[in-house]
Amino acid sequence: MKTLPVFKRQKPAVISPAKTKDANYSSQWRLIYLKFKKHKLARISLVILAVLYTVALFAQFIAPYGLQSYDSKYVNAPPMGLHFIDADGKFHFKPFVYGLKSERDPETMRKMFVADTENRYPIQFFVRGEEYKFLGLIPTSLHLLGVEEPGRIFLLGTDGMGRDMFSRIVLGSQVSLSIPLVGVGISFVIGLFLGGISGYFGGWMDSVIQRIIEIIRSFPTLPLWMALSAAIPPRIPVVTMYLYIVIIFAFIGWTDLARVVRGKFISLKNEDYVVAAKIAGVSDGKIIVKHLLPGFISYLVVATTLAIPGMILAETAMSFLGLGIRSPATSWGVLLQEAQKIENVALYPWKLFPLGIVILTVLTYNFLGDGLRDAADPYKK
Amino acid sequence: MLQYIIKRILLVIPVVILISFVVFYIIQLPPGDYVSSYSAKMSAAGDVMTQAEMDEMRANLGLDRPVYEQYFVWMKKIILHGDFGFSFNFNKPVIDVVGQYMGLTIVVSLVTMLFQYAVAIPIGIYTAVKQYSAGDYFFSGLSFIGMATPNFLLAIILMYLSYTWFGDPLLGLFSNEYVNAPWSMEKVFDLMKHLIIPVIVIGLSSTADLVRIMRGQMLDELNKPNVVTARAKGLSEWSILWKYPTRAALNPIVSTLGWSLSSIFTGATITAIVLNLPIQGPVMYNALLGQDMYLAGSWLLFMALLTVVGTLISDILLAWLDPKIRTEFRGN
Repeated sequence: MKTLPVFKRQKPAVISPAKTKDANYSSQWRLIYLKFKKHKLARISLVILAVLYTVALFAQFIAPYGLQSYDSKYVNAPPMGLHFIDADGKFHFKPFVYGLKSERDPETMRKMFVADTENRYPIQFFVRGEEYKFLGLIPTSLHLLGVEEPGRIFLLGTDGMGRDMFSRIVLGSQVSLSIPLVGVGISFVIGLFLGGISGYFGGWMDSVIQRIIEIIRSFPTLPLWMALSAAIPPRIPVVTMYLYIVIIFAFIGWTDLARVVRGKFISLKNEDYVVAAKIAGVSDGKIIVKHLLPGFISYLVVATTLAIPGMILAETAMSFLGLGIRSPATSWGVLLQEAQKIENVALYPWKLFPLGIVILTVLTYNFLGDGLRDAADPYKK
Repeated sequence: MLQYIIKRILLVIPVVILISFVVFYIIQLPPGDYVSSYSAKMSAAGDVMTQAEMDEMRANLGLDRPVYEQYFVWMKKIILHGDFGFSFNFNKPVIDVVGQYMGLTIVVSLVTMLFQYAVAIPIGIYTAVKQYSAGDYFFSGLSFIGMATPNFLLAIILMYLSYTWFGDPLLGLFSNEYVNAPWSMEKVFDLMKHLIIPVIVIGLSSTADLVRIMRGQMLDELNKPNVVTARAKGLSEWSILWKYPTRAALNPIVSTLGWSLSSIFTGATITAIVLNLPIQGPVMYNALLGQDMYLAGSWLLFMALLTVVGTLISDILLAWLDPKIRTEFRGN
């Protein structure tokens, strides 16, 4: 849209011209973007999340080993260090890992692994490994990295069954990162729909929906989650189980959003421009989509983002207790089950790696939500 | 005011009735019933139950009747006799099982609550007064991490630390020699020692939350004209801080006090399972899994009612604090 020159003359002199230009000429979305860009932590978080989701998308390619692969020779092996300089002090351009020798601790007689400096396995990229379907479509056996047989690469150690921790974290991220997104997506739709009806039409529909929300909210989330998860029948296919869990999360999550939506609808529906549209004979549907939704969609995005960390923690907790995702599928919560025993944490501290990833993800989502919240109202100082 | 309170209480009744429906529906949801899970347990132990035996057991426990009938029988007993049914697992009335664990549950919850407020309020005030100082960044960072850490895993880490430093993982609430001992000073001291980890773990996420709320509130209050006036009149910084902004900032925290109790009750569940605490959470978790439906149901009902009552209390408190809410309600 072209701006008339007369606006330029009305500009107050105290505000710098560059700033005024932004405020006057930019769309709301651009203002939001500009404000968001200033929030450093949120920007870094966005990058980290993008990396995490990219890894999840290409998980089968990035993970050196598959979900089912295990090696009973390497039970509870420690993380392998990447080396550039070998035992003789020679520098190698390609990083390498040492093979593992198992020995017994002379004092406790416990089995332990030591690096075998005789055997060097340089890391190779784009190696052939287990068969899988790339993005679920193209069958291939290409993996990002690996080492030559009989060498193994356990960047983050192995678990109690000799499965590579790094591979399982990467593969588990597919579940752990997508459940909250899908769950929040569903609750977004339900919340928008029911909250919208409740706020826009009011009357008895409002009362009924409000009572339902009040009842669902009276239940403390955790026991409700536990009760519903306990109702998932055992021995069902992975996909069905995944759907059940997502639906349980969405079922509880939508009420918060519905309340936000309702409040916004109520405050906006009596604005002059909405009343004018009504009098002019615009249909309800069009008023909602054209006049009301754009007014608060940014707040909804914020509320949705801030709901995600809670879902990640909930999924982790449920899977940790064995009420969520179950094997053969895996998620970060499932991986942490082994950390339930204090001996495991004491002897094999690398089993806490999934915890680090959970914390990182939740933190970045929180920061992202904070940044979005500040940006959602770009006119506020 | 009285009119408002009565109306608000009347509104609670239909909600409570509906909640009891939902609770009963949910505890019915898991496939099978107590008898099938019991017989599965028995057959694992080598004692296979016949169909006739299972039917007889069902009839004895009243599980063969239609669901709505079971619901009405359960409700009738609760309302008329205060009888919450029978716990199959414990072979005792639900009330006794709940009573057995209630004392320690309340101790853990109350100590946790005290810990939360005692830690969060001073830190919240400090971080607001010294905004953008090193201390502010430190505590704000800490509270962010506190919110992001699943607390049950923190429990494991603390247990491990206590094991390596003191040689005792501090599992449970009592050391072995005190579990069945009568109450004495040593036993109380032992309990205190064992409470440290659960209280930190259970309280951490809400503490982190409270710090952030308190900090935000204080920042709003610190620049208000009454504070500036007080300063202009020459009051010392301490009495200004104590007299005006802190009091005002405490309001929203006080109004959610009733509500936070139930969140502590439930927040403790997973932690208690991990730490093996003899409180309600783990008992109820097993009841849910083992289809011990009346125990699980009574607990869910109790939790939901606690939230409803908590909300009621905080609503009344808010109406007392803010006349606008009262009048708005009357207008409806």
